[in-house]
Amino acid sequence: MTWRHFFTSSIGKKFTMAFTGLFLITFLIVHASINACIFLNDGGATFNAFAHFMSHNWIVRFLELGLFGGLIVHIIQGLLLWKQNGSSRPVAYHVNQPSKNSKWYSRSMGILGTLLLLFLIMHLNHFYIGTKIALYSGDQPHNLYIEMQELFSSNLIVGLYIAGVIALFWHLYHGFQSALQTLGIHHKRYTPIIKMAGTGYAVIICTLFALMPLAFYFHWIS
Amino acid sequence: MEHYLMNLTLKVWRQKNNQAKGKLETYQVKDISSEMSFLEMFDVLNEQLIVEGKEPIAFDHDCREGICGMCSMYINGQAHGPWQQNTTCQLHMRAFKDGDTIVVEPWRSGAFPVVKDLVVDRSSFDRIIQAGGFISVNTGNAVDANAMPIDKKDADNAFMAAACIGCGACVATCKNGSAMLFVGAKVSQLALLPQGAPERESRVLNMVAQMDKEGFGNCTNTYACEAECPKGISVANIARLNSEFLLAGLSTEEK
Amino acid sequence: MALDAKIPQGEMDKKWNDYKGHVKLVNPANKRKLEVIVVGTGLAGASAAASLGELGYKVKAFCFQDSPRRAHSIAAQGGINAAKNYQNDGDSVFRLFYDTVKGGDYRAREANVHRLAEVSTAIIDQCVAQGVPFAREYGGLLSNRSFGGTQVQRTFYAAGQTGQQLLLGAYSALERQVALGNVTMYARHEMLDVVTIEGKARGIIARDLTTGKLERHFGHAVLLCTGGYGNVFYLSTNAMGSNVTAAWKAHKKGAYFGNPCFTQIHPTCIPVSGDHQSKLTLMSESLRNDGRIWVPKQKGDNRKPADIPETERDYYLERRYPAFGNLVPRDVASRAAKERCDEGYGVGTTKMAVYLDFKDAIMRYGKIEAGKAGILNSTDQEIFKLGKQVVEEKYGNLFEMYEKITGENPYEMAMRIYPAVHYTMGGLWVDYELQTTVPGLYALGEANFSDHGANRLGASALMQGLADGYFVIPYTLGNYLADDIRTTSISTDHPAFVETEKQVSDRIDRLMNIKGKQTVESFHKRLGKIMWDNCGMARNAEGLKQSIQQIQQLKAEFWSDVRIPGEANEFNTELDKAGRVADFIELGELMCIDALNRNESCGGHFREESQTEDGEAKRDDEQYSYVSAWELKGEGNWELHKEALNFEIVKPTQRSYK
Repeated sequence: MTWRHFFTSSIGKKFTMAFTGLFLITFLIVHASINACIFLNDGGATFNAFAHFMSHNWIVRFLELGLFGGLIVHIIQGLLLWKQNGSSRPVAYHVNQPSKNSKWYSRSMGILGTLLLLFLIMHLNHFYIGTKIALYSGDQPHNLYIEMQELFSSNLIVGLYIAGVIALFWHLYHGFQSALQTLGIHHKRYTPIIKMAGTGYAVIICTLFALMPLAFYFHWIS
Repeated sequence: MEHYLMNLTLKVWRQKNNQAKGKLETYQVKDISSEMSFLEMFDVLNEQLIVEGKEPIAFDHDCREGICGMCSMYINGQAHGPWQQNTTCQLHMRAFKDGDTIVVEPWRSGAFPVVKDLVVDRSSFDRIIQAGGFISVNTGNAVDANAMPIDKKDADNAFMAAACIGCGACVATCKNGSAMLFVGAKVSQLALLPQGAPERESRVLNMVAQMDKEGFGNCTNTYACEAECPKGISVANIARLNSEFLLAGLSTEEK
Repeated sequence: MALDAKIPQGEMDKKWNDYKGHVKLVNPANKRKLEVIVVGTGLAGASAAASLGELGYKVKAFCFQDSPRRAHSIAAQGGINAAKNYQNDGDSVFRLFYDTVKGGDYRAREANVHRLAEVSTAIIDQCVAQGVPFAREYGGLLSNRSFGGTQVQRTFYAAGQTGQQLLLGAYSALERQVALGNVTMYARHEMLDVVTIEGKARGIIARDLTTGKLERHFGHAVLLCTGGYGNVFYLSTNAMGSNVTAAWKAHKKGAYFGNPCFTQIHPTCIPVSGDHQSKLTLMSESLRNDGRIWVPKQKGDNRKPADIPETERDYYLERRYPAFGNLVPRDVASRAAKERCDEGYGVGTTKMAVYLDFKDAIMRYGKIEAGKAGILNSTDQEIFKLGKQVVEEKYGNLFEMYEKITGENPYEMAMRIYPAVHYTMGGLWVDYELQTTVPGLYALGEANFSDHGANRLGASALMQGLADGYFVIPYTLGNYLADDIRTTSISTDHPAFVETEKQVSDRIDRLMNIKGKQTVESFHKRLGKIMWDNCGMARNAEGLKQSIQQIQQLKAEFWSDVRIPGEANEFNTELDKAGRVADFIELGELMCIDALNRNESCGGHFREESQTEDGEAKRDDEQYSYVSAWELKGEGNWELHKEALNFEIVKPTQRSYK
């Protein structure tokens, strides 16, 4: 089995999804932790310091390339799999009751992922592209804390962010344990723990993310 | 057990042959006993059709006791119908009530082309086994059966994986039409037993390659297959297939 | 033609070794030029095709199902016997041989049975090496259970799915040979005739069941591994597709049919629930290890089984046969159940059932488990729970199966069971080499008559199928083919092929052109009823004579009024079935003729005229110590040939399990 065969096989493609997925899961921990600094309620001082570090440190910026690489692979591979899987049943059932045998979110990773992609485009547009342009053009660095404050005063934006977080929750809720299953980790004793950890992870990360727009919107933090 | 009679409306997929276009046809059956098996109800319908001068419905079935894996109906949107860990032939009419409408379709998968009506071609499963679902031991080569003690836990797990009847309900159910549960069960059985060790790596690589060639979809861990498997084959076998493939794929010497 | 069983000379326990030592061989280069046709892919067929492929023969294997893995061997539940003596309980090749000859009520050929016992141990080794997951003890070694008709534990098993696991083992070996190109597999193909050239079997005519096309296939030899013909009774534990057609066509081409009336009625099956019934489901004999069989002492007792107190139950097997109790051989257990029901003690709505009760076993195991866990003073409920777990591990899948069919929970409520047709000991007559009376035509497994006499012991069918396929035919076939190495492949344009194909296609046309009113199924049901009423568990001269007439009438009616919809050149299950039922009708007549001829009771064949005062079967060795081998002389006309049975070792005595 050559490398090419390995990665183009059905299971190899899943490995790609699982590895990049786990990588993104790790990234979200960092992302959520730093963002959570806003709850220190220090007017964004700590948060902005971290944000500055993240956008200026060369090592972090190098890792960032990897992150984007992983993200793009995850997205492209995901879409390809979605298409391929869709074509494996050329004639559909007239009557089908998938709810009898599986959870909706486990069947909806493609849709959830697509929603996340749309969300991500918006999100990057809000918080990433501008800061990068500023960084490279030598403009005044953005104060992300202030930007968040401004952005999250809008009903629409808060609504979209909450929707994005909900999509993220289900995507992670299934994705976490699914990635480990794909990597062959299944054990009577440990799988329940993994599932719990996955649930805990999805709940904590998504709660943190959801609290951010809400906190600004309802002025829980000043 | 108390029994009752019922009248039913059946909507059944009819397709003359592999090339023809099929469609759902509607039939009525009367006075069906709750004690009948689902296939006995089909027998009644077929007898009725023959008497009316129509062609009976072709469907695969043989042992009618849930072990040969030949019966394969998608009943009201579920492989083998509403009961859990059950084959179509074991489904009994007490699962339904008077006046019900039952929709019956063949397994749907690009890798299981329809032969006629509800009959599909599952030879792709045979070809996957041909690719490596065996232990290469010619007749007469065996050592004494007790020469190699096997951990009871491994033997039991191997047995549970080996209980697969190759019906294809996993593929029919999976939204991706994936055959990972079928392949995982065979790979697991032979990976758990010491006898399977010599061909462990080539087996999983070859079987997965054949599975891909047949056009089955990719597993996305919805676990619908396990829920609908008549023998309750666990998705732990899919995980084992994954890890076997990972280790074999990484340790192969090809560049 | 005089029957020559070709039993090797010498002492019983040396015959097979001597045979193997002197048998003619075919060298590897010649094997590649020799083609072998294997019909049927059950235990016998799959193991034969795989083993012959491994040896280098060019094999073509045929099955009517969509995959060789579906053959009905897969449904065998309980286990497979082998004289391993792993339990140190006194088992040996001799004892397995002895038990089998005795269990067969002294109507089997000793030399064949001895060979079967000899190779039994190698079967287990072979299957384990293939990865068959037999049940194991905690120490990692193989586990055994008891079975009817024996007093040792020699049955290897894989829960209640032993047949499945063995078949999948043989199937995987077969598929491996397919992948290597040594075997070509023809699934969804049905053999419809044997082609003979100069008296030798040289091929078959098969119908592709998907397209309806007839195909000609050449082979230097043809192996029929096509199973039994229990479906002649319509209701049986056989699969819906199980049929006699291949064997019957061989019979019509000159192969003698041996002991056709020897049918095994299995004592523990789920009773018939109504007219809609299409088949019967077996509850493994292994259940009789732990279940106790009883009926109420009072006729027409309609209370629930649990409400009938101990003192009002008749454990009739334990009462009549204290030495073997619930583990008497199948024929004995079946007749005893019939006797109770006929006397009016039956239970359930139809009153044609007896109870198989696990309450005692559950409590016994529960107490053991409680003891192991050191739980003192446990309540009955706790003990029941613990015991239930043990029973579940042993028989869980069977209990589930029962519940699915009947809707009753057998842990809570005693199972209802009744005997049903299960296996046919009769089959094509074969010699020691498994060759029929047509040179080059062989019969293996249930399709032949050879090893089980008038009654088969539990867990011996799997043993015989695999023995024939793995360990016997690879030797005996070589002995025949060694003389055939100069025969090059015969073209399928040979007149014999053309002629035979024409006969087959004429018959199909004839069937299609009847365009009558009655369905194939209705004829099959009527045949089944005639057979069950008069040639079932008890038979008498008058009933048999009547049924012969009825069958002849049925045959005439079938050929003038059967309705087969659709076309011949397409997927047509009704046509497939019609051909099979037509053959069953002819076979049914022969079975009745054979049963009428054998005016003695032996094994599964119980002639009411021949019984002891207390209703036990009475054998007549003076007159009937022979194999009936029937030669077809013309339509409805058979000539009986007798192969005398000489017992060198196991001297016939009246079987007693008391």
